[in-house]
Amino acid sequence: MNIYVLLKRTFDTEEKITLSNGKINEDGAEFIINPYDEYAVEEAIQVRDAHGGEVTVVTVGNEEAEKQLRTALAMGADKAVLINIEDDVENGDQYTTAKILSEYLKDKDADLIIGGNVAIDGGSGQVGPRVAELLDIPYITTITKLTIEGQNVSVVRDVEGDSETIETQLPLLVTAQQGLNEPRYPSLPGIMKAKKKPLDELELDDLDLEEDDVEAKTKTIEIFLPPKKEAGRVLQGDLADQVKELTGLLRTEAKVI
Amino acid sequence: MLELTKTIYKGASFLVSKTDASYLFTPEDFTDEHKMIGRTARQFIEKEVAPYSEEIENQNFDLVVKKLRKAGSLGLLAHSIPEAYGGLGLDKISKGIVGEMIGPSGGYGAAHSNHTCIATLPITYFGTEEQKKKYLPKMASGEYIGAYCLTEPNAGSDALSSQTTARLNEEGTHYILNGTKLYITNAAFSDTFIIYAKVDGDHFTAFIAEKGFPGLTLGPEENKMGIKGSSTRSVILEDCLIPAENLLGEIGKGHAIALNVLNLGRFNLGSACMGAAKYGFKKAVQYTGERKQFGKTIAEFPATKEKVAKMAARIFAAESIQYRTAGLLEEALGDLYETNDRNTVSKRLSEFAAECAICKVFGSETLDYVADEALQLFGGAGFIKDYGIEQVYRDSRINRIFEGTNEINRLLIPTHLFRKTLKGDLNLKTKVHEAMLQLQNPESSPYTGPLSSERERIDLIRNLFLVCSGLAYDSFGANLADEQETLMRLADLAIGLFAAESAVYRTIKAVEKNGKENEAVKIGLAEAFLEEVMWDAERLSRTLVSQLTADDHSRQLQKLIIRECTRLQASDNNFLRNRSIADYQNEHGEFSS
Repeated sequence: MNIYVLLKRTFDTEEKITLSNGKINEDGAEFIINPYDEYAVEEAIQVRDAHGGEVTVVTVGNEEAEKQLRTALAMGADKAVLINIEDDVENGDQYTTAKILSEYLKDKDADLIIGGNVAIDGGSGQVGPRVAELLDIPYITTITKLTIEGQNVSVVRDVEGDSETIETQLPLLVTAQQGLNEPRYPSLPGIMKAKKKPLDELELDDLDLEEDDVEAKTKTIEIFLPPKKEAGRVLQGDLADQVKELTGLLRTEAKVI
Repeated sequence: MLELTKTIYKGASFLVSKTDASYLFTPEDFTDEHKMIGRTARQFIEKEVAPYSEEIENQNFDLVVKKLRKAGSLGLLAHSIPEAYGGLGLDKISKGIVGEMIGPSGGYGAAHSNHTCIATLPITYFGTEEQKKKYLPKMASGEYIGAYCLTEPNAGSDALSSQTTARLNEEGTHYILNGTKLYITNAAFSDTFIIYAKVDGDHFTAFIAEKGFPGLTLGPEENKMGIKGSSTRSVILEDCLIPAENLLGEIGKGHAIALNVLNLGRFNLGSACMGAAKYGFKKAVQYTGERKQFGKTIAEFPATKEKVAKMAARIFAAESIQYRTAGLLEEALGDLYETNDRNTVSKRLSEFAAECAICKVFGSETLDYVADEALQLFGGAGFIKDYGIEQVYRDSRINRIFEGTNEINRLLIPTHLFRKTLKGDLNLKTKVHEAMLQLQNPESSPYTGPLSSERERIDLIRNLFLVCSGLAYDSFGANLADEQETLMRLADLAIGLFAAESAVYRTIKAVEKNGKENEAVKIGLAEAFLEEVMWDAERLSRTLVSQLTADDHSRQLQKLIIRECTRLQASDNNFLRNRSIADYQNEHGEFSS
């Protein structure tokens, strides 16, 4: 089976986000594989181990993302591809990424493409579905179970806490929700083997894409941090006075009524 | 994995000559693989071990063994075993990284480190082809867990006074061992036991025993103060039959195995202690960031900040010496996985004995210091089990005792130097003379570039060590070994020198690469640590001078020491520097440099 994983390098979940010059400050920050993409990598490895084939992990980013690709290789993926857009794209969005990925994937005869349900940084959840649309294959998001028999696929997906079972066929794109599996962490032998596994680097040129072809469809106007959480306040006095004070504060301070 | 300029470095050379930042391996030199190995080891502890800490603490040894096997499946027991025998044959940096990450796990960590180090390395470095083939693959996977049996009721620090005997049976097929080994880590669930015994009551020799060998039984489980998750029992040998082919190394050369393997054990113990210290530090920083008194978090008080800064500075130094030593060990041992030449192995394993002893002493005392201060910062909660810092405190204490008490290790450090002098490998007299001249007529501003005044201070500490060593050597000559008060103080000077030099030169290396502004945190940590070492060095050297010289000479020399220490000790903004170190650590919520 020809399996592809769409992977994104994101901030470590433990990092504190700070801004400098209106941009998110990346200096000294730790980066990880987007946690939902880890489920995708794990699922791809499990499907390969059960059905044979090959797992290729693909990312769109800069050369820093090599580290996350190596981690995926150390987990057990067979090949990795870095589509390096550092010199070509300044302000990409989900359209940009999806367009690039679909151009890369269009002649790969992928049987199964797995991505994370959402990236913990941008949080759009759009790249997977957009890639499927561009490749003209079916897709199912937020899956928590995947069963494949021959060409037939049975998927359980999370629907706001409920689950829905869907049957479909390969080729297929799915996005992983928490609960799909428990991602392994790379073993030391895996880490050493990953050094020798192929990691190809491509640029837009190699995909016959021009910068205009992938120009973002959205524009970021402003980036700002959420307001600081203030300490809570305990109102004192008679119940009636408290209610009065509360409604007053909701009007004047919180301005919600 | 390690790429360093090959040096002609000899063990303990830091005591007599200056170092060069480019020779130093530092955490900033980690490869991507090193970092990944660290992450895997950390995740293993966080996900597989920490959630079960209560069961492990209650001595559910089946669970401990299960976890060791899981570690084996991830390669965490195989880093130091050659590839040819089912291991990974990784460098000593990786060994140090795994050691550090396993460190916070208390009893589990003790079991894990005991297995990978002293229980396995004797076979790795001294085993025959057949022994390696038979045991190492299973020890790499965790199928076999190992123990190391050296201590006896009447042979603790004086290990070679062992009373356990071995004699070959008449058929020549088996050795018959009699004796008792005490405080044996992992005993309850070990499959292999490295046992030292005297052949014919005389020749100290190592053997590999297995669980189930006739005549090998275990005593009851000891009720310990800490590291409860590791088993500790006596191993009793009553006409225990060990096949002749299980003799390890050569008859009468057991000491070469026992003592040399301990060098790596001590290095690893330092790594584990440093990792555990970081864990205790993190708990303290997080707790003081939440707990409020007088309307402020505990972390906001300058007295807390000073504690945090001092802990962080010591951890920074511990980290610096561990990875510096890892680099040295890799240089000495990296190409020895394939060799069968036991003499070369012994020589290389002992080359950095002084550095390994420092790792052990400094690491365990850093952990004890951090555990104590961290518990203090928890206030009353520190004394309550539920908060977890109490266990760090209890688990810490053994590290100053096992793998050679810190006292024995201290004695070893200056003795190493004097032995070299007696053998004629080192001209101590010239070095002492040069040191004295520099003390009397210091060159003004001998360095340019980053941390130049810190470099001067390192040179001063070395000169103080050398001058005091010279005085000791002149006063006692060959009887110096009996002058333990003097040796202890020389050891403390040497430890301070190695630790401060490692922290300062690591910082220099980082500044040369990234610039002063980007390395302000390291500069602060190195300076804070150096400040403490400078005060210690002044006190230690003045004490030694006062005890080793006659009145007039003593007063003159004391004046010189005061003059030089005062001239070079940085002074003006140490309190503020410490506050800003703490602010940075508090912001990160864990040790960060």
